[in-house]
Amino acid sequence: MSRSGWIGAIGLGLLVAMAVLAPVIKPGDPLDLVGRPVMPPFTDPRFPLGTDQLGRDVWAELLYGARVSLIVGIAAATGAIGIGIVVGTLAGFLGGRADSTLMRVTEAFQTVPTFLLALALLTALGSSTFNVVLAIAISSWAATSRLVRAEVLSLRQREYVDAARLAGLGPLRIAFREVLPGSLQPVIALVGVTVGAAILVESALAFLGLGDPNQISWGVMIANGRDAIRVAPSLVVIPGICLALAILSVSLIGDELATRLAPQRRRAP
Amino acid sequence: MLPPTLVFIVRRLIHAIPVVLIVAVGVFCILEAAPGDAVDSYLASIGGGDLALAEQLRRQWGLDDSVWVRFLAYMQSVVTLDLGRSVTVGVPVTEAILTRLPTTILLMGSAIAMSAVLGGLLGGVAAMHRGRRLDTFLTTSGLLLNAIPGFWLGLILIVVFVVWLGWFPSAGLSTVNGPSDPVGHALDVAWHLVLPVCTLGLTYMALYLRLMRGAMTETRDSPWVRAARARGLPSGRIIRRHIARPALLPVATMLGLQIGTMLGGSVVIETVFAIPGLGSLAYLAVSNRDLPLIAGVVLAGSVVVIVANIVVDLSYGRLDPRVTDERLRSGVG
Repeated sequence: MSRSGWIGAIGLGLLVAMAVLAPVIKPGDPLDLVGRPVMPPFTDPRFPLGTDQLGRDVWAELLYGARVSLIVGIAAATGAIGIGIVVGTLAGFLGGRADSTLMRVTEAFQTVPTFLLALALLTALGSSTFNVVLAIAISSWAATSRLVRAEVLSLRQREYVDAARLAGLGPLRIAFREVLPGSLQPVIALVGVTVGAAILVESALAFLGLGDPNQISWGVMIANGRDAIRVAPSLVVIPGICLALAILSVSLIGDELATRLAPQRRRAP
Repeated sequence: MLPPTLVFIVRRLIHAIPVVLIVAVGVFCILEAAPGDAVDSYLASIGGGDLALAEQLRRQWGLDDSVWVRFLAYMQSVVTLDLGRSVTVGVPVTEAILTRLPTTILLMGSAIAMSAVLGGLLGGVAAMHRGRRLDTFLTTSGLLLNAIPGFWLGLILIVVFVVWLGWFPSAGLSTVNGPSDPVGHALDVAWHLVLPVCTLGLTYMALYLRLMRGAMTETRDSPWVRAARARGLPSGRIIRRHIARPALLPVATMLGLQIGTMLGGSVVIETVFAIPGLGSLAYLAVSNRDLPLIAGVVLAGSVVVIVANIVVDLSYGRLDPRVTDERLRSGVG
């Protein structure tokens, strides 16, 4: 594994550990008021990263915030890639009018700015973690769909597809059981980017106050810390660094996966 | 015979019509998915009303019709650019968007120019120093910048350059009671835009750095560069004309693809820096649950992306003389 791959793996491991172990390390509600407000980091061993304006433990908030980033990032990316795979496979395999209609729809989704679409969806549906996942997934599947379609188009000409047709399999079954698995490899190259983008969008939505109001997340922490940025910049700096490291790790892992699983598709950087 | 450029533009616009219509259908679906309707939000804004008033308003505004009638009415309103009235800002949606659009275009245009020029230059430097320390440094910084959330970078820049150093104003687009002469005003606006443009430009720069580096490492080993070396051309000229210029094509393609993402990013940046553009309008709409307004912003954003992509495709011809004729004639980008 390359050095950047290792860095990514360690970062992602830490993120997962924070998310999984949060209730073990800091039981209770991270939103509880536990100490004096605005204590700077590294001053009190009980609150290693200090407290925010309301006297909440920054370290506890950070641990629980990792959960939101990780869950929303992975769930939204899974949703987006899932939609992209279904639409791309259908378009590539059915061809003809279905293909051109689906590609126009894909193009429309690529034209609408992702973040604006997510904002509109959340305005209509209301804010909750599920709706955030849904909004990100709906607004970011287009790239996957194009990629899968291109791959399916090149695979559907192969002999084994003809063989499946001669064996009497239905078109949908051929599309999803025979053609789709072969076209998944390039999609893997997109996983890292998609998860990273989903984490980024989630944090921006949370920063604007559109996340689940009852859940702490890194974007919310930055938004809260913003009001005290002159006196306690660490309240903004710490969650931001966590976000950047999380996104960096995910994209490094994604790069590593892409180079490993599809060596013939990439040249040495 | 019409000039090919014009034919190209017209073709692209025609091609864009179904896309805009699909976007409009999508926006209509979003509006339908929302609980409550325009009457509910209107009544909430005037402090409530009885059921009879609500019924009457619904009949007046055509909201008690069937979905299909409402759909057709909405499509008609999109085509005639009459997107309704925004309760939040108190003016028609189209007007609110049009007054704020120039600011966003100024912000985004500057940020795109900055990210593409700086990213291209640094990517080029990295490619010419491939494998050396400078290359590693530039590539790593690019990866880091790519991972940093824009709104966070904006806040950090505010702390450093506004709070600590006091070099720039922290918010807004111009000084209240600032200089009234055109030059002074332009300078004032530019001064206000430095931090937001840097924030937006820096977060998107990494992509161009990476692309340019990749493309230039490829063109560097191409046969035409070897031929140019053999002809004894000066190395500066080889780098500029034979290595860098063909490598600009993927950068231009990415510019077109990234405009939508950047427009989304400007929502957060405009909120952070309190810039009265399309992005902060979107935020205003969302925080007040003003559906007609956010729907209008989504439509406007899509149109901006389409127009920007046509412009990018036109620039292809300037960058690569080979594509001009066939590309422009065939009309596909």
